[in-house]
Amino acid sequence: MAVFQSLGHYFLFVWVVFSKPQQWRRFWKQWLYEVNSLGINSLPIIAIISMFIGAALTIQTAYNIDSPFIPLYAVGLATRDSIILEFSPTIISLILAGKVGSSIASELGTMRVTEQIDALEIMGVNSGSFLVLPKIIAALFINPFLVIISMFIGITGGWIFGVLAGVVSTTEFVYGLQSFFQPFYITYALIKTVVFAFLITSISSYFGYYAQGGALEVGSSSTKAVVYSSIFVLVLNYLLTQVLLS
Amino acid sequence: MIDIQHISKSFDGRVILDDISLVFEEGKTNLVIGSSGSGKTVLMKCLVSLYQVDQGQILYDGRDFTESSEEEKREIRKDFGMVFQGGALFDSQTVAENVAFPLEMFSVMQPAEMRDRVDFCLNRVNLSSAHDLYPSQISGGMKKRVAIARAIALNPKYLFCDEPNSGLDPKTSIVIDNLIQEITEEFNITTVINTHDMNSVLEIGQKIIYLNKGKKWWEGDKNSILETDNAEVNDFVYASELFKRIRRASHS
Repeated sequence: MAVFQSLGHYFLFVWVVFSKPQQWRRFWKQWLYEVNSLGINSLPIIAIISMFIGAALTIQTAYNIDSPFIPLYAVGLATRDSIILEFSPTIISLILAGKVGSSIASELGTMRVTEQIDALEIMGVNSGSFLVLPKIIAALFINPFLVIISMFIGITGGWIFGVLAGVVSTTEFVYGLQSFFQPFYITYALIKTVVFAFLITSISSYFGYYAQGGALEVGSSSTKAVVYSSIFVLVLNYLLTQVLLS
Repeated sequence: MIDIQHISKSFDGRVILDDISLVFEEGKTNLVIGSSGSGKTVLMKCLVSLYQVDQGQILYDGRDFTESSEEEKREIRKDFGMVFQGGALFDSQTVAENVAFPLEMFSVMQPAEMRDRVDFCLNRVNLSSAHDLYPSQISGGMKKRVAIARAIALNPKYLFCDEPNSGLDPKTSIVIDNLIQEITEEFNITTVINTHDMNSVLEIGQKIIYLNKGKKWWEGDKNSILETDNAEVNDFVYASELFKRIRRASHS
């Protein structure tokens, strides 16, 4: 019963958040700030992780191809598909759930316990929409770019480290990249990314916005935000895969 | 004027406010006093609709706040100014940006007018040199003064102050108290102050309401509170050694 109550409360929160901003100029200013804070600031960690996961994927795939009947260009193909289908949209979103989710929940939680959200409400500001909507719209906008960059860096990392390790040649790897490519995979990855961006920002905002108490509770709401965002990303990953690829 | 009629509020069956009726007068500092747990904070949160009352009415110059929709409440709230216990300043904004915030949100002022208004409000609270400082860079007393400047930026009709001098030294407390009283009279605001500081009570208590166990127990002003024969009020007023000595001195 409590689960349904929480879900209902979450959907009511989202309903309030998606109200028309009271001041568009202020909204865009905040949106720009969030694009930088949630997106651009996440680029270094995404680049590092993508580069090394791409490298590891290539080397592991190459070492696991024992059969002489499987051509070596399959390494490039497998790396490409693994990165586009699963690593960049899903694993990067899980990493963002940790980095961005905890940051959103602790920021809003601190604002709640220091009465800054109450101050906004008393001034007549729709605090949910004012604080949360720019974060959600910013993530919906910037996350697809982050994922595309992650795909590019992951595949490049796979190619460079694969060649350096001597497990595949550039010709074979690039041939594999070009083989049996399905453009819909990119669409599928971007659909997942947008859904995950919404889940991460809205769930984290929900836990931060309704934090109560002091520093301990803010910490706890931040942990819950990461845990629930990650679980919902994984569940929706399965459902979207079932719906879009089967 | 704020007219409260028979309001009650409970949490999980525990009665916090029990059938309270009172009037907060315009142009006066209306103090709500009482010991911790007496219901002062809940009353203030009901007044600004951070909590919904279980029954009763709150009328702002005749406008029924309790029956209003969320949209109507937001409109009425634009006439509110509030000074929170901790200041509740926005950490990511400078002092000047904090004061300008309500103007940016709700006024149609041009940037130059807005700057003038921010300057006026900060001058009014003697903080003209703190424009570009962040809340983390100023003292507790300065934070309270910035909160007052932000609260008066939009010329509010109603000013709410929740323990405005908690955590401040006695001298700074008096500065804050006097500032609130001056602003109240100057702009003819209905000011409601929650406090349990007897110094404030005697300094600015133009109207005083004593809450006890969620009920209105006593009503008067700063002169009558020292003379009352109400036992609970006397317990509260003369709790400190300082006031006991004053009483002994006045009786001898």
